[in-house]
This record gives sequence, structure tokens and C-alpha cells, in this order.
Amino acid sequence: MACEAFHESYTVQAHNFSSAGEVSAVIKRLLRHVGIDFGVIRRVSIAAYEVELNLVIHSLGGRIDLELMQPDSSGAEGGDWLYLTSTDVGPGIRDVNLAMQEGWSTATDDVRDLGFGAGMGLPNMRRNADSFEITSEYGVGTTIRMGFRLV
Amino acid sequence: MLITLRRLMDGLSLELLTPGADMTREVTAGYCCDLLSWVLAHGAPGVAWITVQTHMNVVAVATLQDMACVILPENISPEADALAKASEEGVAVFRSAMNAYELSGKMWEMGLMSAERS
Repeated sequence: MACEAFHESYTVQAHNFSSAGEVSAVIKRLLRHVGIDFGVIRRVSIAAYEVELNLVIHSLGGRIDLELMQPDSSGAEGGDWLYLTSTDVGPGIRDVNLAMQEGWSTATDDVRDLGFGAGMGLPNMRRNADSFEITSEYGVGTTIRMGFRLV
Repeated sequence: MLITLRRLMDGLSLELLTPGADMTREVTAGYCCDLLSWVLAHGAPGVAWITVQTHMNVVAVATLQDMACVILPENISPEADALAKASEEGVAVFRSAMNAYELSGKMWEMGLMSAERS
């Protein structure tokens, strides 16, 4: 069994572009403070930003949880892992396989004018994380859990 | 030869919009793109990033990628809150009369190539 060394939770407001990126900036500062490897921080920060922007652009609001999991004394879990989990209150994704394809996006023209909505978010999260799981039910909501192996 | 922000600014006659930026910071490569998600996927630490985007999230992307600076072409002005955020985060922002193509050409001539693709 792994035990939780710390757990922080951050709320993300839907459609608020002026504060978009603040949660990932806080996460980046926190990880720097606790002395995580620079390369891991970079990957976690980029994934956190992408998932935060997804909540701002596509969701009805949600939260991001940051957890540090450490193995128990047996070491069976193979080292420390950081997890980023995004949970939203809807609306859910109609076709997750389609959403995972690079270049596919349901973003509006307003969002595209800001330089988002290129259909790169989910593939970019998967590329930066060591583990990636997404579950979504249309009409209910989406959960994304990303794991990062600490070095 | 090491290319610092100071050398880049002098060489390209850039206007610094964030006084107080660390001008000794090394610039390792150049990058030009306006799709922020694309930049997040393909940008690199230490680059000078040319973009016409002027809002807050440019600063967030530059910070997350640990870029050397942002260059706004064609005398574009950034939004005030974005500039304030850039100063707060220590991101150097420059403005140039040149367009993105001209800037890229001049930067290449200075010896700034593309970052290695990951």
C-alpha cells in the first residue's frame, strides 16, 4: 500500500480566462518549494496547465487535486509518484476516443482566437505524464488522472 | 558565442517592455507560433518566442516552458494585465517593428537556431 504524503485541492472556475493558469502556477511553485526534479516539474506544470485550461474552456467548473504518494516500508510501489486529478461537474465528453485525437476540438471561435482549441490538450497531457487515465460520461462529467514518477 | 537577452535586444533593436528583466539570461533558440497549446507541446526552455498573442496566458505559457523571453512583432502592444503579470513572473517581453518573418530571419543570422525537437 502507498500512503499519501500530501494532498492539495484547487477549484477552477469555468470560462474565467483572466485567472486561467493560476492553479498550475501555484502547483509549479509548490513543487519547486518541496524540491522536486526540474524536468518532472516542467512536465507536471504543462499537464496541469492543459487540464486547467480544459476545465476553463470546456467544463461547467471543477477542481484539480495534487497528491504525493509514497510507498510503504516494503517499497513495493516502486518509488514516489505525484498525481494530478481533474474532476468536473459536467458536461462530459461524447466520444473520448475522438477527443484524444490530436487536432480534434469542440472549442468555439472565441477560444480559438485566444490561441487555444487546437485539439492538443489531451494528447499533450498524455505525452507529459507517466500514466494517464480518462473517464467521462456525457451529461455527468469527466475525470482525468495523471501520474508522474519522481526521480 | 553566448547570446544574452541584452545582446538579442541590441542586435534586433528591440524595445524592452518589462524593465527589471534579467538581461544576462541566455537565449538558446528561437520559436515562432501563435497557437498556445501547440507552443506548450513543442516549445522549449530558453527560447525567444515570437507571438502576436498579447493576453495573460502568453505569460503563463512562457513561464511554464521557462522561456527566455517573448517578442511581440509589428509594434503590437500587450494587454496591461499581461505585462504586469510578466514583470511579476520575471518574463522579459520585447516589442519590435519587424514582423515575425523578419525577426526570425534576423535571429537566425545572429546564430539562434531552432530548439532540438523532443
